[in-house]
Formats: sequence, structure tokens, C-alpha cells
Amino acid sequence: MSSPEIIPHLFRTEYRKIVSVLSKRFGFDQLEMAEDIASETFLTATQSWGIEGMPQNPAGWLYTVAMNKAKNFLQREALLKRKIAPEISRTAAKEEEPCVDLSPQNIQDSQLQMMFAICHPSISPEAQVGLSLRILCGFGIEEIASAFLSSKETINKRLFRAKERLREEKVQIEMPGAEAIGERLKVVLATIYLLFNEGYYSARQPHPLRKELCYEAMRLCHFLLENEQTNKPEVNALMALMCFHASRFDARANEQGELILYADQDTGLWNSELVSRGGYFLRCAATGNTLTRYHLEAGIAYWNTQGNDSIRKWEQILHYYNLLLQIDYSPIAALNRTFALAKVKGKPAAIIEAEKLGLEDYHFYYALLGELYSGVDDEQAKENYRKALAKSPAGFERRTIEKKLTELEGS
Amino acid sequence: LSAQPIAMEEYIILMRLDLITKDKQPSPEQLESYMKMYHDWVGDIAAQNKFVGGKGLSTEGKVIKSDKLVTDGPFAEIKESIAGFITIRAASLDDAAAIAGKCPILQGEGNSVEVRKIVSK
Repeated sequence: MSSPEIIPHLFRTEYRKIVSVLSKRFGFDQLEMAEDIASETFLTATQSWGIEGMPQNPAGWLYTVAMNKAKNFLQREALLKRKIAPEISRTAAKEEEPCVDLSPQNIQDSQLQMMFAICHPSISPEAQVGLSLRILCGFGIEEIASAFLSSKETINKRLFRAKERLREEKVQIEMPGAEAIGERLKVVLATIYLLFNEGYYSARQPHPLRKELCYEAMRLCHFLLENEQTNKPEVNALMALMCFHASRFDARANEQGELILYADQDTGLWNSELVSRGGYFLRCAATGNTLTRYHLEAGIAYWNTQGNDSIRKWEQILHYYNLLLQIDYSPIAALNRTFALAKVKGKPAAIIEAEKLGLEDYHFYYALLGELYSGVDDEQAKENYRKALAKSPAGFERRTIEKKLTELEGS
Repeated sequence: LSAQPIAMEEYIILMRLDLITKDKQPSPEQLESYMKMYHDWVGDIAAQNKFVGGKGLSTEGKVIKSDKLVTDGPFAEIKESIAGFITIRAASLDDAAAIAGKCPILQGEGNSVEVRKIVSK
């Protein structure tokens, strides 16, 4: 990799490490300082690597520069704020060289602890994901704004308020205690899953599949698996789920970046390596007696990696959706369950259930009815596809519905 | 998110089966197929966002009468015992009864389900 390529890459992987290690060392209330230092470090890298060429050990170079910047910052702070912030001046006075533990273990631990600090229940889920994107994934404010379909100002304000709140709560960069870890882990997992879905399902981007986001989510999940305290069945289940989904990355979009429907995908492009890794994590998830949505969704995702239609496949998928809806209802799960029901019990039986769902606000609902009525009552199918079109936003889904309608009209 | 304009109330569906008569007990294969039907029925309800909760009950139990006499078994005077219950959200008792009427245990002769509104206030 040359320096123009390696800097964005390093930014993704090293930014969070620098921020986490510095925040861990100087306290969570110094988070903004840590972020500024990390950003400035990359700016310096861009300038100096451009002129002098890339150093032998780019990551090591980044840490050295970040440490020098931290030292300078602290000395400046100490001079200016000796009276206001005695804590900092004491730190700076005591240690000429601020000593930061850069051992791989501390870098790893700091990131994990940072995840728990950010996913604190005192801030909203949007703020948790926003901060995670910013601090753990090194996303720019603009990128976050576009992921949330929001403005830079709104995101800036949201993140600023969230950090204020965390400071007020005196959140520390540390692992929660054994009794709190279960509840906090739920929030961390929800954030990771949101992040993954943002990449996997985002219809907001010109390129619907943002692999990078998905890989970041998987990377964060890995941290949890590598720590004994957090290597829990539900974490393995989430990892399995993400591996199974990710196995279809290459089959899911064409060269123009347009999505390809599951049924039309080239199964030869499915990544069997990721499928077997998912299988491994799913086996690890099958311990203990907790059954979470991640277990069930991983079960569904596993069967979706099995290209061939078999009655067993659809019976299993239906079964997992039955259970999933009982613990966590969502309209999309209800629609998918009805599709599985059609595969198991036939379209007429599924139509009866579909019409009880009461999801008339969703274009997906009419698209499903269109699909179910196709071949049973084509007039009804067309009618439903037309209703779906009337509600569907422009883009891939709309084109898919249009195509199906045209096929029906042509027949 | 669920498009349900009508105020929903909670109902309990009590399922009664003959858990005693030996030759009425299902074989393991039958049980598996019954469970599948049962899960699909609950799935139908959950897909409408009308599932609230529910549990199966163990066949072990005791009955205590007003004379404090304790007898073994999950049954009183009748052969049908409560095998399980689920609670659902429904728009009316009729709606709840229509859902309950699809309960697969009703395919067994002599079995019954009972629907009762849960008093909330």
C-alpha cells in the first residue's frame, strides 16, 4: 500500500486505538482532547508522509506523534489551567513524559472499555451508534450525518450533548462490574448490530451495501469474543449472524453497486469460508440457556446460506421466525415469516395469514401480497404490486416491484 | 410500528387436554408434529403483534380443595387438565375467540380452550 491508500486504512484501524488509549490514560473527560490529538496526528501523517515518504512502521510512527502531541497539550493545559484543573497540572508536573501504556493488551482493553463507556444507558441509542461510528470506527461527522440522513449540525450537536451527558454521569473507561455487565452488554450488542445493519441494509446510500461498516461491526464484535468476560453465547450468536450475512456480500450487488435479490444471486459467489466461520460461532453460541434474538436470527441466516430450497430449510426458518416474533416483534420479521409460511404451507394459506398482519403502511407488505398472489390470482397480484409501487420510494425496491409487475402484465 | 388503530386488551387462552388417559397420550412423533402446529399457531398470533406471553405447564401438579385435602395431579374432577396458556392482545372477545379457535389442540377430541379477558383495572 502506498501512503495515499494506507492513511485512510490506518485511520479506520488506528484512530480508535489512539483515542481509546489516550482517554483511558487521561480520563474520559479528556475525550475531546484525545479525539483532537488523534485527528491532528493523521493530519501530520498526511503532510509528512507525502513529503518524506512512508515510515518503516507507520502505526508506531502514529503513536509516537500522538504521544508528543498529548505531552504538549498537557503542558499547555498545565500552564493555562493550573488553578482550574489541578488534577491535570499534577499529572503533567509529576511526569515529564506522560507515560502511556502501548502494550497490545492495553490497546485492546482500552478499546473494549471504550465500547462500554460509549454504550452507556444514559444516552440514546442514536447517540450511542453515532459516538461508536465516530470514536470506534473513525467516521467523519459528514459520513455519520449521511448514515443517519441528517445534517452535520444535528450530528455535531447530538454527539456533543452525548459526551456532556457521559461526563456528567462520570462514566469511566473501564469494564462494568460483573452484575452490570449483562445489561450493558445488551446495549453494546445492539449498537454493533445497528452498525452492521446500517452497512448491510442502508438504502440511503448510492451503494446500498457498505461493506466497510459491516466489517467494522464484526471487528468490534471480535473484541468482545476475545475477552473472557464478554465471550458470551449471545455475542457468538451475533458474530455468527454477521458472518452468515457477510458471506453473501459479493453476490448481493452487481458491478454498478445495485442490489441483487436473494433468489437471483449467483450462489457460486457466496463465501463458504465465512459460512463455516459463522457455523463455528453458532456452535459456540449454543451453550448456556439464553435464547436471544441473535440466536434466532443467526439460525435464520444460517438456513439462508443454504442455497437449495428444501422443506426442512423453510420449516426451520419458519420455526425461528415464530420464536423471534414472540420475543421481539417487528413488521419486517412478520413479513419474512409469512414468506417462510408460504414456502412451508403454500401460498393460499400464507395469504390468509398475510392479510391479518395489518401492515398497510408498508410497501413491503403489498409487495409480499403481490408475490403470494402471483400464480394464485394474478389480478390480485397486480393490484397489490400497484399498491406497493404507490408507496415505494425510488430506488432498488421500486425497480424490483416494477419488474415483477411488468412480468405479470406481459403474461 | 404495528398498524393497529383499535385499542387492544389482553386475553388469556387456557388450553385443556386429557393428560391422564394413557391411550390418549401422543407418541413422540405425534408430539413433534403437534408442537410444530402449536408453534405455527403462536407464530401466526405473534406475526400480528398480538402475542403477549405464554408458557407450557408441567404435567406434575397438586390440587388443593377447600377441605385442605391435597391430591396429586394437575386435575380436579374432570379428565381435561390445563396444559398451557398464552396471553394475547385482541380487539374484542370475539377477536380473541377467533384466534383461540385456531388453536391446534382443538383437533383432538374432547380438548378445549377457554378465552378470558384479563381484568386490567
